[in-house]
Amino acid sequence: MSDITKQSLTELVENIKNKKLSSRDVTKAFIDRSEKSEKLNAYITNDFTSALDKAKKFDQKPNFDLKLPGIPIAVKDLFCTKNIKTTAGSKILNNFVPTYESTVTENIWNEGAILLGKLNCDEFAMGSSNETSFFGNVQSPIDRNLVPGGSSGGSASAVAGQLSPVTIGTDTGGSIRQPASFTGIVGLKPTYGSCSRYGIVAFASSLDQAGPIAQNVKDCALLHEVISSYDPKDSTSIDFKRNHYSKELINNIKGKKIGIPKEYRVDGMPNEIEDLWQKGIQYIKDCGAVTIDISLPNTSYALPTYYIVAPAEASSNLARYDGVKYGFRAKGENLIDMYEKTRSEGFGAEVQRRIMIGTYVLSSGYYDAYYLKAQKVRKLIKNDFDEAYKKVDAILTPSTPSSAFKIGEKTNDPISMYLNDIFTVPANLAGLPGISIPAGHDTKGYPLGLQIIGKAFDEQNILNIAYAMEEKINFKNRITDWWIK
Amino acid sequence: MSIDLKTIKHISKLARISVDEQRAEKLAGDLNSIFEFIEKLNELKTDNVEPLTSIAETTLKLRSDEVKSKNIREQIIKNSPQDNEDYFVVPKVIE
Repeated sequence: MSDITKQSLTELVENIKNKKLSSRDVTKAFIDRSEKSEKLNAYITNDFTSALDKAKKFDQKPNFDLKLPGIPIAVKDLFCTKNIKTTAGSKILNNFVPTYESTVTENIWNEGAILLGKLNCDEFAMGSSNETSFFGNVQSPIDRNLVPGGSSGGSASAVAGQLSPVTIGTDTGGSIRQPASFTGIVGLKPTYGSCSRYGIVAFASSLDQAGPIAQNVKDCALLHEVISSYDPKDSTSIDFKRNHYSKELINNIKGKKIGIPKEYRVDGMPNEIEDLWQKGIQYIKDCGAVTIDISLPNTSYALPTYYIVAPAEASSNLARYDGVKYGFRAKGENLIDMYEKTRSEGFGAEVQRRIMIGTYVLSSGYYDAYYLKAQKVRKLIKNDFDEAYKKVDAILTPSTPSSAFKIGEKTNDPISMYLNDIFTVPANLAGLPGISIPAGHDTKGYPLGLQIIGKAFDEQNILNIAYAMEEKINFKNRITDWWIK
Repeated sequence: MSIDLKTIKHISKLARISVDEQRAEKLAGDLNSIFEFIEKLNELKTDNVEPLTSIAETTLKLRSDEVKSKNIREQIIKNSPQDNEDYFVVPKVIE
């Protein structure tokens, strides 16, 4: 079968279970395509040799009861993988080899998946274009010199470019949903506490969540079902009854109430985005659901709040990178000088900028004015959603205020880069699940996504809505293989 | 409000990141535009709002304090940029 890499995760699982394909066939096909796709720069580290060994072992002693039987999967290089280098896209972790495995990746290996490699991302997941990685920017499979979005840019490129059937990313302010939207695929940010943060290189601990990135909603539901688990090793992991998301997936959303928040109609938003949103509203109605105009009055304060909370938490989390126990170390005249030079040479410009912002807002005399203020506004933003969810079951918005942009277009203007996350950040601040699904193309032919935000722990509901809409939208991603000679 | 070079130097010291003059000026410019954007929050009255300190409204669970990872000392030490087999090595601290 020459078209193995074109198959969805669900199809691959079926074909392996029916013995039409072996794990080795599938693994080899994705490795071959990954090797031909170096131009995308999606991988930081590959583990191809060992992946083939594992596939052979699986075929010798297959277990078809597993949910991901012998399926090769590459993951964002923010997940610690035991004995395999984990860099977080940073020079400062350039040679770090974890002695432990993240819970989320452990979950997928336990269900039979095989590690293909570690995928490129913005340094410490700080970025919206995958241009801050120490290992170079990632190219989008959609077009040359186009950003794939970020921070899970390597993960999005790998799925859209068919280098891996699905991948796992992380989302602190939109890092799964925005790149999924830019590359014409599906990305889910689960409810805070749904997926364990254990073993994920920390960025902003009250916002970080791992989640699936996939070609379609069904694959997304299946992978989410595997990665979501209660984990005593993460003190913010929540013990709630998790669904069999893929088994319970239905496309009947008749009578569901979907909120349309007027505050997401932001100044300067291109007409194409408004048109896409209107189309989305029509799809919702075609599915037999109803739309209701709602108000989330504090939406415009979400991004400024995020740019206090996230850097503050980051400055604290990244204090551990001091060149002593692991990672890069610069030479210094004394201990303090060593720390300062290590961090100056080891962190890239965007990470340093955010550490500086975070340090400032937490410093003596400014804490109340910034950090405490942001925590209060965060409460108001959460209250907005609580109010809205008294009237509606979910909320529909565009995923991003524009389609993907060119590499280098926004690197000199941090604010314009930050504005990419304007529609995705509120769900992180309120701890809510959000899914981005591809819904159309702009005039340049680039994909555009719609986002469905749900109530906390209501992933099944937003997956169902996405599943019903997906059928109506019938989106076809335009992948030309431009990067393969 | 404006963040001057002196403030940048102070923050960089707190953050333990050495910053030369050129970078300090660039950072001052960036931070000023970012804080101008952040100042928007001052439009909101929040005197009577409780700060959101934890998004997951659960109480912490207790667990027994047990050693789970064993015999990984060598691997841990191997990750350090400089070691002498038994310890992490840092530049001399005491004269």
